[in-house]
Amino acid sequence: MGREQWRAALRNPVGAVAAGLLVLLAILAIVAPILWGDAAEETDPAALSQGSTSEHPLGTDALGRDILLRVLVATRYSLGLALLATAICVTAGVVLGVLPAVLGRRAGRLVTAAVNLAVAFPGLLLALFFAVIFGVGARGAVLAIALAGAPSFARLVQTNVAAVAGRDYVAAARVAGVGRFRLIARHLLPNIGEPLVVNATVMAGTALLSFAGLSFLGLGVQPPAYDWGRLLGEGLDRIYINPAAALAPGVAVVVAGLAFTLLGESIAQVVGVRAVRRRRAPETEPAMTAAAAEPDGDAVLAADDLRVAFPARDGGWTHPVDGVSLTVRRGETVGIVGESGSGKSLTALAVAQLAPDAAHVTAGRLEVAGVAPLGRTGAEVRDLLGTRVAMVFQDPMTSFNPSMRVGRQLAEVTRVHERQGKRAALARAVDRLRTVRVPAPERRAHQYPHEFSGGMRQRAMIAMGLMSTPELIIADEPTTALDVTVQRQVLRLLKDVQAETGAAVVLISHDIAVVAQLCERVVVMYAGRVVEELPVGRLGAAAHPYTRALLASVPDLATDRDRPLATIAGRPPDPADRPEGCAFAPRCDFADDACRVRPGLSAVAPDQRAACWHPRSRPLDLTLDAVTGGQA
Amino acid sequence: MTAPVAAPPAPTRTRVSAWAGNPWAGFLFRRLGRLLVSLAVLVTLAFGMIHLIPGDPVRAALGVTAPPDLVDARREALGLNDPLGTQFVNYVRALFSGDLGVSMTSGVPVSDTIGQRLPATASLAIVAFVVVMLAAIPLGLAMAVLTRGGRRRGAELGFTSTSAVVAAIPEFLLAVGLVFVFGVSLGWLPVAGRGGGSSYVLPVLALSLGPALLMARIVRVEALAVMDEDFVRTARAKRLPPLRVYVRHVFPNALTSTLTIGGLLLSGMIVGTVLVENVFAWPGMGMTIVSSILAKDYPVVQGIVLVYGAAVLLVNLVVDVLLAVADPRSTIREG
Ligand code: SF4
Repeated sequence: MGREQWRAALRNPVGAVAAGLLVLLAILAIVAPILWGDAAEETDPAALSQGSTSEHPLGTDALGRDILLRVLVATRYSLGLALLATAICVTAGVVLGVLPAVLGRRAGRLVTAAVNLAVAFPGLLLALFFAVIFGVGARGAVLAIALAGAPSFARLVQTNVAAVAGRDYVAAARVAGVGRFRLIARHLLPNIGEPLVVNATVMAGTALLSFAGLSFLGLGVQPPAYDWGRLLGEGLDRIYINPAAALAPGVAVVVAGLAFTLLGESIAQVVGVRAVRRRRAPETEPAMTAAAAEPDGDAVLAADDLRVAFPARDGGWTHPVDGVSLTVRRGETVGIVGESGSGKSLTALAVAQLAPDAAHVTAGRLEVAGVAPLGRTGAEVRDLLGTRVAMVFQDPMTSFNPSMRVGRQLAEVTRVHERQGKRAALARAVDRLRTVRVPAPERRAHQYPHEFSGGMRQRAMIAMGLMSTPELIIADEPTTALDVTVQRQVLRLLKDVQAETGAAVVLISHDIAVVAQLCERVVVMYAGRVVEELPVGRLGAAAHPYTRALLASVPDLATDRDRPLATIAGRPPDPADRPEGCAFAPRCDFADDACRVRPGLSAVAPDQRAACWHPRSRPLDLTLDAVTGGQA
Repeated sequence: MTAPVAAPPAPTRTRVSAWAGNPWAGFLFRRLGRLLVSLAVLVTLAFGMIHLIPGDPVRAALGVTAPPDLVDARREALGLNDPLGTQFVNYVRALFSGDLGVSMTSGVPVSDTIGQRLPATASLAIVAFVVVMLAAIPLGLAMAVLTRGGRRRGAELGFTSTSAVVAAIPEFLLAVGLVFVFGVSLGWLPVAGRGGGSSYVLPVLALSLGPALLMARIVRVEALAVMDEDFVRTARAKRLPPLRVYVRHVFPNALTSTLTIGGLLLSGMIVGTVLVENVFAWPGMGMTIVSSILAKDYPVVQGIVLVYGAAVLLVNLVVDVLLAVADPRSTIREG
């Protein structure tokens, strides 16, 4: 805990208020007994059990003593006892916590087990137990609270020690023959100081509150001494006569307890302070690519100048998808390829109206399955797209709900969108599982996702898409998590499904070879934009340097096996700071001054468009026929 | 599209279900073993309590002025003059026959006292726990939905700070505040004793307010974490209505930690009744244990500590079993 962090904790308003309160309480604890100690003991037979008067603002107790003065004077005793208990508790906790590291394995285990057992019991129960042993009174209560808190503190120390003990410098010290105790004093404790300070502060608050509890029950401070808890207990008996006698010490306890707790928590939080800023919606630049998607009556998906913006850290916006135009015709299979971070998945999610909550989606035009979803309410979109668009996600392990049987997860689609009964929906789920060649579908439908193998889960995912009759299936990296054989099966399945249902398929992949196997047309994305669009048959004539680089990096496509495999040097740019002109320029061999201006998509051949100032025309030597999906 | 495709002889895995090899039996066996060990430790401690007290507990209980032969007779009656081993065996044997000893001050069997007082305490704790669950889960889920994706920062801040502050106030101070507001100032509700339904309102409120807010915080954080999971995106991709997404897909997966915290809170609330009972003069075990500690009536204290401790251990067991049931994956195999 550096000085900087303490300062930061105090700059946080909650931390500052808490610290201020504690300073005030400390002053009061020192001064109050000196100033008013005697006056608070003074009995006034003429004013027994009074309510508020000008002489006694908070009234008097049964012996006619002034409540306000007694509450103020009790500060010292209440705080002092709580701090004493905390100190003992922390010491005991640290000793118990490091013991396992010092003792041999067997004894260490025993200590750990004892601590674990004790932690299972609530602190108050332990405190009552110890209060019986140590006897009623201030001393007994201090020990009881200290020992009741020790196990959880010890647990904390143990966890932290265990975390530190594995680090290199501790191992080095051990190898260097540093003794156990020295190891603890020099290497372990200083490195776990931070969480200990935070928790000791919080513990002080807890001790204060518990002490008040014990005193309130009559098990803590005994008369004639008094602390807040004792005053509270005495005041409660006469709450109908003079509520202030109970409330004032209660408020004192709460304020002091909270001050400790909040100070501890604001120290703990210092690292993760979050800025809250208001933002305006991002401005949309006019579309660069005017000659975008031509109107096509036969399109299941038509997107024009699609943008997805996220709030950026500096208060502005970043555009991971930055003006994408895309058309998919009925029954067509289109592949979107690009490295991770190219915006391909987000494009798909945005099209399907499934972008994350924080995203801001805009488009010049967006039509999905004959529906223009932008500007519609969530319920309308769900209604319109529910049965028409199906999604197949990457990593079926995490994409299935782990606590719901697979059959029910499939059936849910039918139940919600077609209002079918449980039985009919489940029957359809079993049928679709059979369609995607899940063996023993009746039994499998009753299993949980973790009982499926990876490939089978992915097929079940596809089956989920087939629960209704989609016009468009969007598959986002459906084969990535699978091994090569299963990958091939899943791709073949997608192909069959496409052939049988006539649905259009958009396949998103980082692997251009996978796309080449399944699709008729390929859309290449880079840095949030489409850089090339071409029929699979023309991959050999790819014009954009990025597309060519992608192709060259696939082992089964590049025929020249003697040459080392080309990898694309460099990384795609961060969406927050893309280069001004062509985003690929930093990694492009052909970049020149012209590339400082952003190129738009323009035709380089029939059905082929590329966004590049210097499109390549030398044909690539590819063995497309050899593509069978054997890429890792 | 439902054309029957011949299923290829795919490599079916033969693990039929979680029952294979019966991990449940193993889990329950291990878990019950742990319970027995904990209970044994608890009994030993309750027995040892009277021996750990410095000085002569009987002399302390009867006072310094008590004649020595009375003290000795009482020691004899309590069996304190026997060797420690014999005492322990006798204690455990009596325990198994439901005999918890006799009160040193009233002469009433401790089991009778507990039997009389337990229902009041148990009903208070159970009602409060139910209230916590009914209030906290919807509140936590609703807050998670409202503040998801960094929305409504103001509401988030308000909720987290209010709940942090209120949850940090101990139940007996809340109780005093409630007594003042609803009993003294407004005069709406009874503030002492156990009677009809209205007598439950304030004690239950005092006991459940803090835990409910704490629980709501946990539920919110857990639900927010679950909302970021892939399968929630899948649920949205299925175009399910939001309520269904939250209730069927988000909440069940936030259940594990909800249960864990719920168990901790319940144990805390069982013992928390001690303070609340003393504020509201609730005729339960909490009042009895405090007066017995003050009167140094050790057999009664021993008996009640045993009951509280056993209740806590039982709650822990139930939570562990529920966790194993709720999570179809791994817990049961680890134990
Ligand atoms: S525009 Fe320039 S930098 Fe961009 S890909 Fe074409 S040649 Fe390379």
